[in-house]
Amino acid sequence: MQRISHDSEITHEYLRPKKKFPNVWCAGCGNGIIMGALIRAIHNLGLDKDEIAVVSGIGCSSRMPVYLDFCTLHTTHGRAIAFATGVKIAKPHMKVIVITGDGDALAIGGNHFIHASRRNIDMTVILVNNKIYGMTGGQAAPTTPSGAFATTAPYGNHEKQFDVVNLAVGAGASYVSRGTVYHVVQLEKLIQGAISKKGFAVVDVFSNCHTYYGRFNKEGDSVAMISWMKKHAMPIQAAKKLPPEKLADKFVTGLIHETDASEFTEEYQKLIDRLTKKEAAE
Amino acid sequence: MKKDNNSNTRLLQGNEACVHGALYAGVRFFAGYPITPSTEIAEGMARELPKLGGKFIQMEDEIGSIAAVIGASNAGLKAMTATSGPGYSLMVENIGFGYMTETPCVIINVQRGGPSTGLPTKIGQADTMQTRWGPHGDNTAIAVAPSTVKECFEETVRAVNLAERFRTPVTVLSDEVLGHMREMMVMPGDGDLEVIDRHKPDVPSDWYKHFEITPSLVSAMASFGEGYRYNISGLTHDEDGFPTAKPAEIKAKLNKLRRKIERFADEIYKIETYKMDDAHIAVFSYGTVGRSAQQAIQIARQSRIKVGSIRPLTIWPFPDEKLREMLTGVRKVIVAELNMGQLIREVQRVAPRHTEVFPLQRYDGEVMTPQQILDRIREVK
Repeated sequence: MQRISHDSEITHEYLRPKKKFPNVWCAGCGNGIIMGALIRAIHNLGLDKDEIAVVSGIGCSSRMPVYLDFCTLHTTHGRAIAFATGVKIAKPHMKVIVITGDGDALAIGGNHFIHASRRNIDMTVILVNNKIYGMTGGQAAPTTPSGAFATTAPYGNHEKQFDVVNLAVGAGASYVSRGTVYHVVQLEKLIQGAISKKGFAVVDVFSNCHTYYGRFNKEGDSVAMISWMKKHAMPIQAAKKLPPEKLADKFVTGLIHETDASEFTEEYQKLIDRLTKKEAAE
Repeated sequence: MKKDNNSNTRLLQGNEACVHGALYAGVRFFAGYPITPSTEIAEGMARELPKLGGKFIQMEDEIGSIAAVIGASNAGLKAMTATSGPGYSLMVENIGFGYMTETPCVIINVQRGGPSTGLPTKIGQADTMQTRWGPHGDNTAIAVAPSTVKECFEETVRAVNLAERFRTPVTVLSDEVLGHMREMMVMPGDGDLEVIDRHKPDVPSDWYKHFEITPSLVSAMASFGEGYRYNISGLTHDEDGFPTAKPAEIKAKLNKLRRKIERFADEIYKIETYKMDDAHIAVFSYGTVGRSAQQAIQIARQSRIKVGSIRPLTIWPFPDEKLREMLTGVRKVIVAELNMGQLIREVQRVAPRHTEVFPLQRYDGEVMTPQQILDRIREVK
């Protein structure tokens, strides 16, 4: 139990000291696990608290920044990445981390998500993916699987779901990964890798909304839903060696895509340097 | 942009003057999206900002543009965007966020004809009320309105100053004709115009409250990445920025937002009058209409009609008391505007009992001509 007590000491160092608790999340929600992993990732990297901006949109997971002792910006629905773009460009030396849900990032905020991927602007997006709108009471999201139930899909969802990983890769993100709230050690490493990466980094985190998704779809409580993740996750290294039919009921986890590409704020700084040198020479 | 070699006189478009005014005022971040008739402002900022070490980004839409502007402002840069009707409509939610989070920023609305996609290349003034009441919820807007190219420069500087002074979004209400019209102007030198920077905190990090309710009502503003850690939220929040549901804290926050502008409104009001000393009739107008009004008045005065012009350069907050005072000796006031009647309601609300209020409205995409105003003056005389 040594590790747990050690971790909780670290966690408390990064939580805001006054007035914020208890948190707004349901008992058993994955958000707390993700917040813990994020804190440990930041701690492991030895980053200065003053140099971290955490930006979020609207939804259950987007309430996370309020508990974290960094520069935090809780914005409007879907726009976290756009706000974060302004923060990053104004203060390129800061580490900018976006906490967003699947509805926030992919429905109302889909445009900002793909264009930030395309620009490859240096930030980390932790996309808390619970396949449903939790805060508003269980409506269908772009990540809700076909056939699944939600309050706005009372006869089963007849739409197809977004695959966050393929979307981000296709749009040009330079670090694309997937973790779950069961595989906590892996999640911590993925977040750490994402923050270290110079460029647009996405961590698609499968989380559980037992309150709505689990209840509507008879997937059980928090423990049952997290156990499902344990059973169906397939690390990318193993998945590569398996034929497609063996992956039918699995989802791939780990660092799925990484590439080195020019980054927006660095390129802009080069432009400034070029133009200001030219002016000075004149 | 043509430059006379030995002087700082320039022939500029209104939109170009807005660019130079913004740079003069210290704007170092611009995020925007192309839209007629404001695009020249984005183009000018894209060209000029990096030369000054500033930053420009073309965002994927207007929603993202204003979001990036608010993000950059909270990270310490003076920030601005420019758009027109449809783009302004898209920005409205986040302008409300800027208001709630007390974020200084400037939005230039080069008005075109509406509603909807309307008349992209023609003039209108029908966003006047949207500027006041656009975002949902109670809010208190600041908006300024130039009517010449020189004023495009000066009012953009003033808009940036007001935004920084009051920690709030400020709108510049320009229009299609003004934006594209070219006039000579003498470029102000360093120090000719006042430039205001936001008030930074001088307390230790632990004592800092981002939304502190101080006697001056405008709290000091730290920036991200400068040693202060705090929360900013569009949710109704306490002085620390944390969401609150306590009635006393909610009311205190909303009172602060309104009172910080109302109490210091005298610093914000700006009204130009022309031949009002002995006027029995007044023409009330803003922006390009004010130019036509002035010419109409010159002609009317030749026929010994005692008419003058009242032209607010601050539209919001509306100058209630000042206008009431100005109208004391005035029997008739013509409210000339390029819409179906927006500011006329404000004038009716404010006008003394003995002052009759007459509309003069044009909304066919054309400018208000001096002749139209002159005809109306003769009609009501």
